[in-house]
Amino acid sequence: MSCLQAAVSAVEHTSVVIDTKERSRDRGVGADVSRPDGVPKVQGRFAFSSDLWADNFLWGHTLRSPHPSALISNIDIGPALAFGGVHAVLLASDVPGQLNFGLDHQDQPVLAADQVRYVGEPVALVAAEHPDIARRAAEAIVVNYEVIAPLTDSEAASEAPPMHPDGNVIRRLGIRHGDLSLTGEVVVEGSYEVGMQDQAFMGPESGMALPEEDGGVELFVSTQWLHVDRSQIAACLGLAEEQVRITLAGVGGAFGAREDLSLQVHLCLLAQHTQKPVKMVYSRDESFLGHVHRHPAKMCYRHHADRQGHLIKVEARIVLDGGAYASSSAAVIANASCFAAGPYKVLAAEVEGLAVRTNNPPCGAMRGFGAVQTCFAHEAQMDKLAAALGMDPVELRLLNALAPGDRLITGQVITGAFPVAEVIRQCAQAPSPVLPPTNDYRDLPGGSGRTTKAEDTVRGTGFAVGFKNLMFSEGFDDYSSAACRVSNGVATITCACAEVGQGFVTLAQQIARTELSVDEVILAPAQTVTSKSAGSTSASRQTWMSGGAVQAACRKVREQILSDVGAKWDVSPDGLVLRDGMVVCIDGQRQASLAQLTAEQDYEADVVFRHVPTQTLDENGQGNIHVSFACAAHRVIVDVDPDLGLVRVRDITTAQDVGRILNPTQALGQIEGGIAQGVGLALMEEIVLDDGLVRNNSFTDYVIPTTLDMPEVTIAAFIEEPEPGAPYGAKGIGEPPTISSSAAVAAAVRDATGLSLERIPIRPYDIALADH
Amino acid sequence: MTNVIVARSVDEALATLSEAPDITILAGGTDLMVEINRGLRQLNSVIALAQVPELHRWSIGEDRLMIGAGVTYTTMLNTKLAQAAPALAQAARTVGSPPIRNAGTLGGNLGTASPAGDTLPVLAALNASIVLDGPSGERCLSLEEFMVGVKRTCLAPGELIKAVEMDHLSGGQEYLKIGPRNAMVISMAGVALAVDRKAKQVRCALGAVAANIPRASEAEAWVGERINWDSGTGVDSVLAQEFGQRMAAESSPIDDHRSTAAYRRHAVGVLAARALQRVFSEGTNGYV
Ligand SMILES: Cc1cc2nc3c(=O)[nH]c(=O)nc-3n(C[C@H](O)[C@H](O)[C@H](O)COP(=O)(O)OP(=O)(O)OC[C@H]3O[C@@H](n4cnc5c(N)ncnc54)[C@H](O)[C@@H]3O)c2cc1C
Repeated sequence: MSCLQAAVSAVEHTSVVIDTKERSRDRGVGADVSRPDGVPKVQGRFAFSSDLWADNFLWGHTLRSPHPSALISNIDIGPALAFGGVHAVLLASDVPGQLNFGLDHQDQPVLAADQVRYVGEPVALVAAEHPDIARRAAEAIVVNYEVIAPLTDSEAASEAPPMHPDGNVIRRLGIRHGDLSLTGEVVVEGSYEVGMQDQAFMGPESGMALPEEDGGVELFVSTQWLHVDRSQIAACLGLAEEQVRITLAGVGGAFGAREDLSLQVHLCLLAQHTQKPVKMVYSRDESFLGHVHRHPAKMCYRHHADRQGHLIKVEARIVLDGGAYASSSAAVIANASCFAAGPYKVLAAEVEGLAVRTNNPPCGAMRGFGAVQTCFAHEAQMDKLAAALGMDPVELRLLNALAPGDRLITGQVITGAFPVAEVIRQCAQAPSPVLPPTNDYRDLPGGSGRTTKAEDTVRGTGFAVGFKNLMFSEGFDDYSSAACRVSNGVATITCACAEVGQGFVTLAQQIARTELSVDEVILAPAQTVTSKSAGSTSASRQTWMSGGAVQAACRKVREQILSDVGAKWDVSPDGLVLRDGMVVCIDGQRQASLAQLTAEQDYEADVVFRHVPTQTLDENGQGNIHVSFACAAHRVIVDVDPDLGLVRVRDITTAQDVGRILNPTQALGQIEGGIAQGVGLALMEEIVLDDGLVRNNSFTDYVIPTTLDMPEVTIAAFIEEPEPGAPYGAKGIGEPPTISSSAAVAAAVRDATGLSLERIPIRPYDIALADH
Repeated sequence: MTNVIVARSVDEALATLSEAPDITILAGGTDLMVEINRGLRQLNSVIALAQVPELHRWSIGEDRLMIGAGVTYTTMLNTKLAQAAPALAQAARTVGSPPIRNAGTLGGNLGTASPAGDTLPVLAALNASIVLDGPSGERCLSLEEFMVGVKRTCLAPGELIKAVEMDHLSGGQEYLKIGPRNAMVISMAGVALAVDRKAKQVRCALGAVAANIPRASEAEAWVGERINWDSGTGVDSVLAQEFGQRMAAESSPIDDHRSTAAYRRHAVGVLAARALQRVFSEGTNGYV
């Protein structure tokens, strides 16, 4: 790919320089403020949800199905009750309210009653005085299973006998765009596959529930969305929502895996039954069974282009394996389908998306949410097309790059900032790092195993671009809420936004400082009793949505203060500004300290913040279903040992569409972390399934990148084109780094080996034992 | 509640073990604690060996090395042992991460007796004797005798591993290992190769490709005859390739969730060929 540079050399280098010093002065928006929870986390002093403690609490444990598919003929809890120290053993029949839960459809049993549909499905609960007693008692429960042959082939699922009363098709959707009779002079095809990735957060599912005197329950838990947990828990417990009081406990990562319920209802049930506090912490093995994963995908593609490389038509069929229950599969397949053609202009598109049920583990949200899978496919197709056209792959992408004013394959016209061509250019033209041959094993494929010397390697470069939506789509009423109070010059922000590592705790303070010119900002705990919903910490939405709510609440308070002072001084509030903790009249004559003003009287405001409404898809898969988009490009250099099939990623250079950077270090953190997850999916991260059984539910065998697997990440540019409607113009940054990084790594390995490699993760034997 | 006894000497440890033969031995805990956390092991009582000074000793003799069972990977890497047994240091470097290498011990790797244990192929290639002590006194066993199956040893009740003795060779050594990522991995295939100049032998053993740690004796003999032992020459890439194929033929790998038998066998061939070429490459002639 030596002509990478040539393709873009004509373009001026305009990388954005952030003057962090200037922005850091007031520790407001744009400043490099450090996270309040950063040092405690590094020092081990941060209390995670697994550190919760109460007087006389009990330990909960879940008995899970060992079978991917079986009927339950009988359950004998007698042996478990016989254990000393056991306080409760609960089954499906003990669930007082709704028996099922689920994010979109309530199709997943709180506890399996007469049938289990995946390995790890909860069957019974035990509360005991010691975790070992709880575990052993649970193991003593006798469940008679009648094992059924599992349905594990996603492509056979839609025709197979239904394995769930709601049928095996979770969602089928078709996108028909443009004149479908068009064909291209150059046509390339491919079949692609993506394995099942896990979010692999460090803090396992954990929490504590406490019974309350009014018959309700208090729950401390790590989650992504307090209020959606609350409504599901309340329904299953048969309680009013107000009787379920949830406080966010310290979250050790989420990446989508905490959007669905795991132990929430179970904890509350046990606390209700025993009238004691109950704590649960999943073991690592259990955690892999206890949350949803990224959907494995099978994708068939056909791209048509004219001789000049203009995309004419994209045809795609995408099958996502949703596993046993729906979770958010319906939304994931919509994303996968809508973004199936990539961030490119296409005259026509025909996409069939299918999310099915199988007896594999349930799949749901994970960083990138459907866009990751199709990006791997459409970017492989773009490289194939470039090769068929004899064109530089970067040039082909630039030629077809979407821009504001263009239409997506869903017919939606892109408004707002969408600098696809710019991220491509900036990433492609960034100088390539100098990576001379080395015999330091740490920089070679195989790493510390010392398998490989420089002469055993070949180098490859890959390039990929991806995009996805920000915020919830398809007509969802998506909002956040926040309150601001200023008292004695100190601002307190109350918001139910779940901090799962994305950095809202820092941004909320920065926003309050900028809007109110205060120094001290307190962020109240995220709780359902003190806040309305903030929506989910997902879809790259919290900086925009909860950040927007905080900004609006602060502005409302500022208006009140300025209007009161204006009235007192008999000037228009327009002639007043807040600066360095003072209300200052622009005539320079008068000023008053904010601390003083707010000592006399508290100022508070409470707002609900919504983004523009969206539509649903029509029968042709057309509609303005999304709010906003973000894109990124990745260029990857790898060294591959083709004889052994081992890979060392040497450099990843990226340019990302960020709207505006609110905190440079946090932005970098999202980008590096997201890329690491992308490298993991490309090269190693996969839940290995064997007829529905999970074979590697441990960090011994589910491997994620170490420092010897991650290269240096080079930021070619943060493209700061402010997004209209977003607070300060800032876009969410969390997902784009994961979307195209896997595709770019795969492309680099293809470039190095000459193999087609249509599946990720790429396993050593895919390279070493490939038929050449 | 688990009862933990902290032994201060081998004698004290042996006395405790003879009184309670079902007591569990704890060294660095990097295998044991994982098993306990995963609920795979129930403990009644534990005897901790970390405070037994004799077990941390090591010595370098003219022909043999002695390494106490309590010697950690970090010690194997950062002391003169690393020059005396280079392949052992290389194997130690592939183990886990720095905290694991600070805690994990040679005795523990043997106690676990996994075919993927990284020091084991090196010990096999260096003709190691495992020194056990127990109620009926000391005994010395080869690795083949000691490791009787996957995660099974012939340790008798009341016995412990005291030390390992192995050859101190003058020729080149290599330990190469493949895992699913570039560090902190369980071996998918490992090859240990050591040159014994005096005996005019190339010694090889394989990890993670059989239920035990096979010495590839036929390939060893075959290659030994083709090397000019006076000049240290005779190894070219053709010979190395064939040697690799012969090594691969002596492995008996399986398909599992970590990899396939076909890949493991292939990998053994590539690793063995490379190891041989490295120790006999120009400038080193197997005589480093
Ligand atoms: C994150 C991680 C990464 C790892 N990576 C690797 C790797 O790359 N390669 C590898 O080979 N291993 C690896 N291991 C496994 C482990 O570190 C090694 O097997 C180590 O050598 C075990 O030693 P230990 O002192 O910790 O043993 P322990 O865990 O204390 O004991 C292990 C077993 O040996 C027995 N035992 C210990 N000492 C004696 C003795 N003196 N006499 C009799 N029995 C004894 C114990 O009873 C127990 O059954 C890893 C482990 C972890 C947690």
